[in-house]
Amino acid sequence: MAGRMSRSLNLFSHGFLLVWTAMVVLPLLWAVLSSVKSDAEILSSPWSLPGVPHWENFGRAWSTGHIGDFFVNTVIVLAGGVLLTMLLGSMAAYVLARYRFPGNRIVYYVFVAGLTLPVFLALVPLYRIVGNLGQLPGIGPYLGLNSYLGLILVYVAYSLPFTVFFLHSFFRTLPNEVAEAALLDGASHGELFLRVMLPMARPGLLSIGIFNVIGQWNQYLLPLVLMQRQSGTDTDHSVLAQGLLNLAVSQGYKSDWSGLFAGMTLAMLPMLVVYVLFHRQVQAGLTAGTLK
Amino acid sequence: MNHGKIPFIIGFLLVPIALYAMYVVSPFVQTAYYSLTNWGGFSGTQDFVGVGNYLALLSDGVFLNAVAHNAFFLLLMPVTTIGIALFLAFLLNVGGHGAAAGVRGVRGSSVYKVVLFFPQVLSVAIVVVLFQSVFRTDSLGLANAVLLRLGLIDPAHPAQWFNDPNSVLWCLLFVMVWTGVGFYLVLFSAAMRSIPREIYEAVVLDGAGRGAAFFRITLPLLWDTVSVAWVYLGFIALDGFALVTGLTPDSGGGGPNHASEVISIELYRTAFGQGKFGYACAMGVALAVFSLLLAVVQLRITRREWVEF
Repeated sequence: MAGRMSRSLNLFSHGFLLVWTAMVVLPLLWAVLSSVKSDAEILSSPWSLPGVPHWENFGRAWSTGHIGDFFVNTVIVLAGGVLLTMLLGSMAAYVLARYRFPGNRIVYYVFVAGLTLPVFLALVPLYRIVGNLGQLPGIGPYLGLNSYLGLILVYVAYSLPFTVFFLHSFFRTLPNEVAEAALLDGASHGELFLRVMLPMARPGLLSIGIFNVIGQWNQYLLPLVLMQRQSGTDTDHSVLAQGLLNLAVSQGYKSDWSGLFAGMTLAMLPMLVVYVLFHRQVQAGLTAGTLK
Repeated sequence: MNHGKIPFIIGFLLVPIALYAMYVVSPFVQTAYYSLTNWGGFSGTQDFVGVGNYLALLSDGVFLNAVAHNAFFLLLMPVTTIGIALFLAFLLNVGGHGAAAGVRGVRGSSVYKVVLFFPQVLSVAIVVVLFQSVFRTDSLGLANAVLLRLGLIDPAHPAQWFNDPNSVLWCLLFVMVWTGVGFYLVLFSAAMRSIPREIYEAVVLDGAGRGAAFFRITLPLLWDTVSVAWVYLGFIALDGFALVTGLTPDSGGGGPNHASEVISIELYRTAFGQGKFGYACAMGVALAVFSLLLAVVQLRITRREWVEF
């Protein structure tokens, strides 16, 4: 009796696993498949394989749909944002974790408090602050609304709480003996950080680095508010997330479904490929980041 | 050994603190202040109105409606996501057939873990565009096409998904759960792997089934992780901006006819659409207080004795 019950339970649970996997994979496969079909094929037979693969959909999405431009914008912002976050985050976390000085705890807690507050709360004044920075003489255009550096600095500031929090606990676990030996050997504090402590913290840096790449790649609200063209002649600096959604709206009007699917595939595949290649590190990094 | 310590500390902290103060601390403080004014955002003038904005929120029908919808997500989304993720994680780690006391995951569990994690690496914009096409309201969307094949809906009246006030919240809930399960599945798997195998084997030898093993061993030992997951998912349930604005009808999202309005959408529209920045800031503060309370309450409820193993 128990045997039969556990067998039907097994059947149910494996069935559920298969159904859930299908629900994850099918929409993605369907989007990729639709990206090489013609519009007529998408409309008449959404299920079948394309007669001839329409690779030109990708060219159209890349140039006419500006996916290429959005891609470049995203890579610029992501590269700057993650590198600067890692640099400034590890510097702050290191000093807070390993040096005693008055105010240390306060600074640390102010950073960590940022974890609990939703970005939404800051949105309205943030828009004003970045806008005002844009009015500064000389450097204004590089820091204001719709500028790469402006958005990068905002990403960095909002990534600092978690990065500092995570690396702080990491730097604390590093052995004191090594640090003391290096200082006795005549290393300066800066050299100790760069040559000794950073290399020892590499696993932690990798985890939080991956965490930040995915976190900043997923940003939608901040670019939506801060990366808007300010005038008709302003260049469009939209990141992929914004651009793709705008494309979805405009392609809907033009009914260029195949172009939209191609754009979505272009936005989706690079991240999926990188993930599949490094899935162990990505999963370990993300889960370590959450559990710490 | 202390030579150059002070300049070093200042040098390393100066830039991070300056950035953080300018872009994070100052906007939060300003929001708290503006929530007490009737500032319009673009005009220079503002009057101090005290708690007037907060009182107005209490009788603002659209806002209260939005709060109710966030409460809907808060009640259903974390529990569904965690339930499915725990179930699948248990299956992948402990659910396999084995010899009498052998405990292992189902075959191919590592492949499942890679594939089921996919939604986590898709940007939310991709999720939006994907589900716009999956839940198209004619018979060409994936969801309607599947239901048509199975004979569950009438070809003349395909399901209206996001366009139907009765189903729009459920469709959003589905997309949220779809996006979240993969990550928490992997998170719970990692936590389960740290539970010694012998504990399971002992329980199975004692004659307990897999279900009993789950409720008596896995769940209690995973409780801390589950509780953290609950708080994170709670924050997501209180936001929902990108999904609602991208997937639901009406200008800026929240439709049809305010059926899927959430606080974040209402805040964005109030600030940037209607130019009532002071009022929008009050919504932001209300939302923040709400989420802080949620985190505190949640951690209180789920706190248990610490188990060493």
